[in-house]
Amino acid sequence: MEALNIFLKAAFIENMVLAYFLGMCSYLAVSKSVKTAFGLGLAVIFVLGITMPINWLINEYLLSENGLFGTDLTFLRFILFIAVIASMVQLVEMVIEKASPSLYASLGIFLPLITVNCAILGGSLFMVSREYTFGNSVAFGLGGGFGWFLAIIAIAAIREKIRYSNIPPALRGLGMAFILTGLMGIAFMSLMGIDPAALASGAN
Amino acid sequence: MSTTTQEVKQAEKEPLFGKKERRLITDPLNDNNPITVQVLGICSALAVTSLVYPSVVMAVAVVFVTAFSSLATSLLRNYIPKSVRMIVQLVIIATLVTVVELTLKYLNYPVYKQLSVYIGLIITNCIVMGRLEAFSMANKPWRSFLDGIGNGLGYGLILIAVGVVREVFGKGSLFAGSPLEMKIIGNTEAYWINTETSTMFGWYANNNLMVLPAAAMFVIGIIIWIQRSRNTKLVDVS
Repeated sequence: MEALNIFLKAAFIENMVLAYFLGMCSYLAVSKSVKTAFGLGLAVIFVLGITMPINWLINEYLLSENGLFGTDLTFLRFILFIAVIASMVQLVEMVIEKASPSLYASLGIFLPLITVNCAILGGSLFMVSREYTFGNSVAFGLGGGFGWFLAIIAIAAIREKIRYSNIPPALRGLGMAFILTGLMGIAFMSLMGIDPAALASGAN
Repeated sequence: MSTTTQEVKQAEKEPLFGKKERRLITDPLNDNNPITVQVLGICSALAVTSLVYPSVVMAVAVVFVTAFSSLATSLLRNYIPKSVRMIVQLVIIATLVTVVELTLKYLNYPVYKQLSVYIGLIITNCIVMGRLEAFSMANKPWRSFLDGIGNGLGYGLILIAVGVVREVFGKGSLFAGSPLEMKIIGNTEAYWINTETSTMFGWYANNNLMVLPAAAMFVIGIIIWIQRSRNTKLVDVS
């Protein structure tokens, strides 16, 4: 039940984009149409869901003091985490290229850029600093990815519509996207009052 | 005669700190700002801008990493095979960030705690990687170094500007948590602040909106608005 709790929290209440600003680069750059946003969102869920458990295992069994080498190797954490993420992204890229060439073409450069999508590395670092167990880290990865997916779909849909509105020229595009993201962040904050633990235990 | 002029020209072509080099530093501060124009590197650091002091620390860390990763990549640029260049760049950046993390942990533990994962996230800050790809892989070490410093500063400038607005209006203080901390406006009872000191505008109640993450978005949106109204060349046509 704790895992479900963490999933809901990561997806809605502590949304990666809206509460922590993680993954803003691709979020702003790829959110011009819902279709590409959808593809990138799925890729992020997938990569987060895979890298989080792998990084958990690495952190627990290679880097920690009672791991394989018996010494504290946590200073290697950044390098190892980013290496895992980079190779996973390579894998996802190859899979998408085979499975859906059109999606591959439309994602273009942003697929390799998932490597430098802060949401992925940020997720792993949050996992370490919050000391999640293995199951919880999987839930956190999937939840965080789902939250990111929701946020990018929402902003892409809004930006598609807002193209027809009359915005001051200097605010058009990027400026408006920032302000919209801020408003969405406030909207998501209204979910803060919900207690996932109570919901999960059926107390409602 | 002609050889000497050529030599002079050669020498003039690449001065240590000429006009071109100066542009490398000043351009990213305004017309080519990493955040408001290039839209790179918004990711990691905005969450630290609710106070000025962590923003300054973050800005210094980013300048250090962009400058030295640009320098290192530029020195190695002829030896890096194209197919693995991303991994090589990431390893360079990750090493530098580890240096920054350990140094900060030693120098100032409270701020290290406060910045938590965001120091590590400099690795995936798109501006570092973006400059390595776009500039250092094709330019000489010294100019890459300056380009790194310029972009780091342009980034830090926005970070500190957002931090000042958010802290002054959200907490009524400036540089809270550092030795320089002071109270500017309002009757704040914020965590660090000595409430005995009197300030201007005692009637001002802190605007809690400014403490929320969303405020950083609004402030940047407004900065972009101002910048683009002043320089219409930057306006989005699409």
